[in-house]
Amino acid sequence: MSGAVRLGACFNERFCKTRLTYVPMNDASFAERAGRNAQQVVSRRSFLGVLIGFAAAVMSAALSVPLIRFALHPLVATTTKIVWSDVGKLDEFGSLTAPVKKLIEVEQRDAWRRIVSEKAVYVMPPENGAVRVLSPICPHLGCSIPWNEEKQEFICPCHGAVFAKDGVRVSGPSPRSMDDLETKIENGIVKVRYEYFRQLIPQKERLS
Amino acid sequence: MPEATDPKPPRLGQRIYRWLDLRTGIGALLHEALDEPIPGGARWAYVFGSVLLFLFISQTITGIFLALYYVPSATSAHTTVAYIVKEVTGGSFLRSLHAYGSSAVVIVVLLHLIQTYLYGAYKGRRELLWISGCVLLALMLAMAFTGYLLPWDQKAYFATTVGTNMASDVPLIGTWIKRFMRGGDEMGTLTVSRFFVAHVFVIPAMLIALIATHVYLFRKAGAAGPPSEDPVNPRLPTERFYPRQVVMDTIIALVMILILGSLAHFAPTELGPKANPAETQYVPRPEWYYLPIFQWLKYWRGPYAIFGIIVIPAITAALLVLVPFIDRRLERRAWRRPIAVGVFVLILSGFVFMGLMSVHDDQRDPSIAKQVSRQHEATQQFMREPFEPEGTASSFSAPVVAVLDPLAAAGKKVYEGESCDACHGEGGIGSAAAPKLAGATAQKSTDELSNLLKKPTPKMIDGGMQAVNVSDEDLKALIAYIKSLK
Repeated sequence: MSGAVRLGACFNERFCKTRLTYVPMNDASFAERAGRNAQQVVSRRSFLGVLIGFAAAVMSAALSVPLIRFALHPLVATTTKIVWSDVGKLDEFGSLTAPVKKLIEVEQRDAWRRIVSEKAVYVMPPENGAVRVLSPICPHLGCSIPWNEEKQEFICPCHGAVFAKDGVRVSGPSPRSMDDLETKIENGIVKVRYEYFRQLIPQKERLS
Repeated sequence: MPEATDPKPPRLGQRIYRWLDLRTGIGALLHEALDEPIPGGARWAYVFGSVLLFLFISQTITGIFLALYYVPSATSAHTTVAYIVKEVTGGSFLRSLHAYGSSAVVIVVLLHLIQTYLYGAYKGRRELLWISGCVLLALMLAMAFTGYLLPWDQKAYFATTVGTNMASDVPLIGTWIKRFMRGGDEMGTLTVSRFFVAHVFVIPAMLIALIATHVYLFRKAGAAGPPSEDPVNPRLPTERFYPRQVVMDTIIALVMILILGSLAHFAPTELGPKANPAETQYVPRPEWYYLPIFQWLKYWRGPYAIFGIIVIPAITAALLVLVPFIDRRLERRAWRRPIAVGVFVLILSGFVFMGLMSVHDDQRDPSIAKQVSRQHEATQQFMREPFEPEGTASSFSAPVVAVLDPLAAAGKKVYEGESCDACHGEGGIGSAAAPKLAGATAQKSTDELSNLLKKPTPKMIDGGMQAVNVSDEDLKALIAYIKSLK
């Protein structure tokens, strides 16, 4: 007997032989085949089994593509649109001698919502008239780093990474210095682009 | 066992199967599922039950995925559905698949019912099987009804307003039922969450339990076979469910998904503008499968309305549910049961006629036809607009107001100088003490605002509003400012 399509074959002949007395339609050879062993049963039903299995696989594959893309949408789409936030008037920062923490407002998209969230940044004492703004996020594992007035250093409270007054890495587990944020000055107002950077790597790499 | 006499060693696939079978009994399970004997053999007429099961699974999966982005509240429902449709990858496709899927379920349920009825397959100790099917039909219609409201667009809002109003025609407890469904007297955020819970938790749980019961009762009674077969003691030679019937069922399921997929891709379901309860022009129309009932109810007004709205539908439903007890003969052939089949065909044609009449009525009335086309245009227009995110209601800061107009800029100073912001909030965002101005004042005319500011209404004075006593110039600037707030 070859592997041709057989109508009326029993899916599990072990049971059909012992429990059922029905004679399948269109199949005079049922009784003869009922005496065959398990391996042959498998090969007999394999053609239609493969056919149905293939159809089902194609169907579910075709259907799962839009489902997966739908579920992964937030990972693919950039839902956070970065805009410039005001830090303060340029004159305010002219006479700084130590980093100062400023709260800025960042307008963001949170899926279907437009939100304004508050973030902290450090405005650095001016060097040659240029304004520097640092992100307070530790490049190690993302804790917020406070400025230690007494020691005149940034000391991360989580794993003890230490950064100098200008944000340069001194000691501890951080792989790099504190991250500079992009700034610009418009009409005497200091503006900053608040961004996040990848942690645990020696180079500064923007997370889009 | 055959293995002992077989010289060849079993292949890997068979060994895995045997390993699994010895531990799980999967062989017996597959036998139970696939070796169901069908008297008279496999037929295309028998595919509807399996296709329904397939559609139910498809609706469940697409529904779960849609819930990833959907928020059931009057404020967010429409925004989140718009987000799904306009922003999320494949969102419009999935939503359309789910929406068209619900229509497909109704169509296939009807075909399943017609086939079972015409084949007399409810006969021969199958009363409970039939009744469980009737309950499943009602649950499917309840799913369609509750799901329709969830997008909270104009169409959904007004159709459900009418739909829930119908409940108040029920004698004695009608008003109570309506209030129970809506979560109050009016449609609102509680209605959305109630319909959501019914659509996503309560009815699906009942559906699963009843589908299991229905399938179990079907297997207990056995397949009825063709109309010539004896429903209690089948005599025809049998064919097993697997493989031919399985192949037929799979082919129809494949065709089904092709149709739904093409519809969803080429003609995606639209979303209309957000529900606006203040709209008075809107012509609500239910989904097509509710049109016959909608039309039927139009004819019943006045003291006899109770017959049309309650008595006749109740008798029809009772006839349907109790048919295995009424039509008790074992004769199954349709042409030998003229009364049973005649009444059935009559009721069915009545439904079709009512549905067609509803469409015809709308086309004949020019004012309705015009309004319906206006609504269609509004929907098209909304679909063309880009997605508009929900505003910053919870934000601690005032919305960023670009004060470009110098007059408005001067008005801002007046606003702050007169301490308007103390109650109405910075940038007019509102506070617990006074309402939001942003957006609300933009529609009012300058004269109207000027009058209100100079002479507040008693209601405003009660709320603590004082007359604004400034120069005309400052008042003009102030009005320009508050009108500019968004």
